[in-house]
Amino acid sequence: MYRYDEYDQRLVDERVAQFSDQTRRYLAGELSEDEFRPLRLQNGLYIQRHAPMLRIAVPYGLFSSAQLRKLAHIARHYDRGYGHFTTRQNIQFNWPALEKVPEILAQLATVQMHAIQTSGNCIRNITSDPYAGVAADELIDPRPWCEILRQWSSFHPEFAHLPRKFKFAVNGAEEDRAVIQAHDIGLDVVKNAAGEVGFRVLVGGGLGRTPIIGEEIAAFVPWQHIVTYCESILRVYNLHGRRDNKYKARIKILVKALGIEEFRRQVEAEWTFHKDGPSTLTAAEVARVAAHFVDPAYETLPATDVGYASLLAENKPFAAWVKRNVRAHKVPGYASVTVSLKKTGVPPGDITESQMDLLADLADAYSYGEVRATHQQNLVLADVRQSDLFKVWQTLRDAGLATPNIGLLTDIISCPGGDYCGLANAKSIPIANAIQERFDNLDYLYDIGEIELNISGCMNACGHHHVGHIGVLGVDKNGEEWYQVTIGGDQGNKAAIGKVIGPSFAAHEMPDVVTRLIETYLANRHEDERFVDTVRRIGIEPFKAHVYGNRQTEKKVAHA
Amino acid sequence: MPKVIRNRRVEDDARQIVRLAEGVTPETVSIPAGPVLVPLAVWQARTTELAARGDVGVWLDAAEGAELIAADLPKLAAVAVNFPAFTDGRGYSTAALLRTRHGYTGELRAIGDVLRDQFQAYVRCGFDTLQPNDGRYTDAQLEAAIASLGDFSVPYQGAVDEPRPLWARAQREVRAS
Repeated sequence: MYRYDEYDQRLVDERVAQFSDQTRRYLAGELSEDEFRPLRLQNGLYIQRHAPMLRIAVPYGLFSSAQLRKLAHIARHYDRGYGHFTTRQNIQFNWPALEKVPEILAQLATVQMHAIQTSGNCIRNITSDPYAGVAADELIDPRPWCEILRQWSSFHPEFAHLPRKFKFAVNGAEEDRAVIQAHDIGLDVVKNAAGEVGFRVLVGGGLGRTPIIGEEIAAFVPWQHIVTYCESILRVYNLHGRRDNKYKARIKILVKALGIEEFRRQVEAEWTFHKDGPSTLTAAEVARVAAHFVDPAYETLPATDVGYASLLAENKPFAAWVKRNVRAHKVPGYASVTVSLKKTGVPPGDITESQMDLLADLADAYSYGEVRATHQQNLVLADVRQSDLFKVWQTLRDAGLATPNIGLLTDIISCPGGDYCGLANAKSIPIANAIQERFDNLDYLYDIGEIELNISGCMNACGHHHVGHIGVLGVDKNGEEWYQVTIGGDQGNKAAIGKVIGPSFAAHEMPDVVTRLIETYLANRHEDERFVDTVRRIGIEPFKAHVYGNRQTEKKVAHA
Repeated sequence: MPKVIRNRRVEDDARQIVRLAEGVTPETVSIPAGPVLVPLAVWQARTTELAARGDVGVWLDAAEGAELIAADLPKLAAVAVNFPAFTDGRGYSTAALLRTRHGYTGELRAIGDVLRDQFQAYVRCGFDTLQPNDGRYTDAQLEAAIASLGDFSVPYQGAVDEPRPLWARAQREVRAS
């Protein structure tokens, strides 16, 4: 993974000093609340329902065992013993004291971590494929490009006060696991017919209040020019994005208002001034960054380990876990393990300090000291030998981290919701937990098969509900919490925005609603057809009919 | 006399900023003698008169693009960009465009809601003169704020003050894991 040199370290140390002084001036009354807000947000610090919330950057989801141990330390000493992984592949702490944040940042800086630009109206932490470098379907490793863009965007002086937040995602595999179509800029690293590396550039995607799938602005930008091309997009957006209404300020609104043709024309016109300028990348710089992402010293192993194969045959729970939580690896004899943070009864994405320490130990012992965060709020040990899988599973299982549900109905994506977040209209975690409890039968879960259920507690869509096969959105109606349901959303190559099935539901109805959606699917599916594909084929009407069939009586009960 | 930070030093500055009060038109607003910064609309309405003075500068508001003043740059004693709120970041791009695209080399001043926590970003985008709103900082605070200009000693990316990105101006080693 990327290791800081003296320059990276100096910047992070200087940020700690800068933010310490800003916090001091705020506490001394020299900085007003309004003046401090954007400064603290650009450092990941929210003032939330109960306490400040600190969002720490995990650049493109990749981190080391030493970094994970430091996060455990912070959870233990500055928070309440746990952290929360988000759909941005970052981690959040919900209870730090504002006065202690500079100290936390200083601690993070000792392990090359920070909270830079994890919030605020700036270029945010870049997301990518959690299986980058190890996925069998990878065409080009996205990580060096993520790192190059991370450096370019960190403290970019021109783009520190954009009209709104700005999110990049980079994908380099056949299957898009970074949801590039739902980002302000989505980059697909590709090769052209001549074998040259470049980028297919999407722009104007995003969820939130106005969910929009990004459009292609360039089919192929040669790698040398990707920084200047992005700079051109950002400058057009900075100057022309709306600033009168924050709900209409994202780049997607500008792209829609101008039309992709006109937006492209403006970007290309701007680019003529940047192209071939000083920020044009060189092969030497790309090679320097890429050298941080070379393969670890993999052993030469048989494609299938004999001991592993026999344990698979003998041990049903182990086999069930392997089936769901273990992925094929590009190197024979290795596998990638997805650590489920979706145990029933635990808030999705939450992890305790002792679990973090344990995972750091496992990473050191079995996965070259690296861990990855997924946007589904799970963690990954990417490079585990098949022969070690059984030991890894036993350790994870004992720690409550081996729920064999990856990609299944209980692998719910959920924002922290109204229990923690000051923005939320409704709770998310209790809904997620109630659905998990209803579907706690593994055989039934396996029969339902691959499905994504995403829950957001408000329009900001941190739970990516629009792209869930089943999406749940918390809404506020006259001070009461209600839940609107969408189906047919999808992420990945066929990204789609889900359709609302009808009037919203009370919290206690949600397990029944999901049950009825699943019943409709099971009654209509073709063999091997996923829930979302059935929705695509038969439309939302049959689902609607079954869910709302006896809705009138329920409504009366709900309002009685 | 108002204070500005010019080229990293606190200086007294006599240049007056003319803002259009309610009901006053660009044609009729009275322009004091001595160095001034006038709104773009005033300059456009009275270019000949104001250009003849030789000490007149123009300030652009956040929504007024650099291209609107590009042709007149040789006639101006100074150019300023107004930040109606420090969170309105258009002025950064405007400054960068004035410096790089339109080749402006004279005084380029940030005015309005200009805060010390943004000082370095302003300078990196091409401003040489920073003028916070009257009364925002005491003289001592302004002196202390000079330090903000050095918050980041080696920025990653190129900007107006140093167009080369870090990798083009420093030998960076690989520290592979």
